[in-house]
Amino acid sequence: MGAKRINKSRRRFLKKSVVAGGTILATSGLKPFSVLIFAAKEPEDTLNPWYGIGIDIEKCIGCGMCAKSCKLENDVPQEPFYFRSWVEQYTIKNDGTIKVESPNGGIDGFSQSVPDNEIFKTFFVPKMCNQCAKSPCTQVCPVGATYESPEGIALVDEEYCIGCRYCIQACPYGCRYLHPEKKTVDKCTLCYHRITKGLKPACMETCPTGARIYGDLNDKDGELSLFLKKHNCQILKPHLNTGSKLYYNELSAEVR
Amino acid sequence: MPPQLKTLLPFFAALILFFLIIRHFLIPESFGELGHYRANSIEEIGDLPIHYAGKSVCIDCHDIEAEQQRNDSHASLSCEICHGPGAKHANDYEVKLIKSGTRKDCGRCHNLHSARKIEAVVQVNIQEHHTERENCIDCHNPHAVWELKE
Ligand code: SF4
Ligand code: SF4
Repeated sequence: MGAKRINKSRRRFLKKSVVAGGTILATSGLKPFSVLIFAAKEPEDTLNPWYGIGIDIEKCIGCGMCAKSCKLENDVPQEPFYFRSWVEQYTIKNDGTIKVESPNGGIDGFSQSVPDNEIFKTFFVPKMCNQCAKSPCTQVCPVGATYESPEGIALVDEEYCIGCRYCIQACPYGCRYLHPEKKTVDKCTLCYHRITKGLKPACMETCPTGARIYGDLNDKDGELSLFLKKHNCQILKPHLNTGSKLYYNELSAEVR
Repeated sequence: MPPQLKTLLPFFAALILFFLIIRHFLIPESFGELGHYRANSIEEIGDLPIHYAGKSVCIDCHDIEAEQQRNDSHASLSCEICHGPGAKHANDYEVKLIKSGTRKDCGRCHNLHSARKIEAVVQVNIQEHHTERENCIDCHNPHAVWELKE
């Protein structure tokens, strides 16, 4: 009698351990599939940096040092004229027409092409990747080679990019290009290799007027947060809901 | 269980196993750790070499120029605006940097241009300004701009 009962409970125990062991084994087998289960999210942890950029159009003098130093810092080919960062000049003429020019992306500076008496208003607009929080470019990548880093910077994994150019098409701001030698996509990384070493991005290091700043949007007393509070800032193409984190002070409605 | 299924089952099992093995080898290490990408690539990008050393590195050695500049209107400028990227020079003094100071160099910021705010930067017509001298630095010391040379 007693021996039988022991046998029964032993059997039950064995059964239970097999089930438990099997579950552990099965979940460990599922781990590689976490990739499939993953869904994009904004960080809830506000202690980590969440980078954004501020550009003060009032201060920009169109010297083009930002565009030039960007090319030198990031080994962007000098020619053909591909850019991670470039400068445009907008001229609104007295007759209402708008002229946009960007000779060689501004790397050699600007000379005045429209005579003074025809100009109603003119200004420079430096452009670069907006480091969108809902970036269309990263959403379309078929292989997961471009992504938003935990700090909110859109990066490209050179090793993994297959050069399909889909993201170039998807970016509404024209901030990506196919590197002619590497045959992979390249774009502004906010000089990730510099900011992680405590240096400013090259374009901000060399901007003579301090027209460009970057900073942590989570830091409410930081330089960028102050810039946003002080000025009436706009982003480019807000209707596209890209979650752009590049804020312009004094942006005119003509700028596309 | 129908006998057809019985013979096919091991075949399907083998197929699925084969797929899983191939998949295991195709997915790189660290893929999916942080998201649908290779987490290691963040570090790889962060490890890229820098070219612009930053002003604090320059003024470590060049204290005379730094002192001159600190007291003049170019005080806020970074050295590498005019001298180009200097990280290599900072590691090896033999690597020489450029010295800009031609009309074209200075004109990038100072040439008269209607899109430049007059309060943002001093502007001259570089084609007409003191044509008897060739380069801007023939008169102006770029580190102390209003110290004019004879
Ligand atoms: S600006 Fe373009 S490249 Fe940059 S994050 Fe937005 S969509 Fe992507
Ligand atoms: S370096 Fe600064 S001032 Fe010069 S073009 Fe770029 S943003 Fe404007």
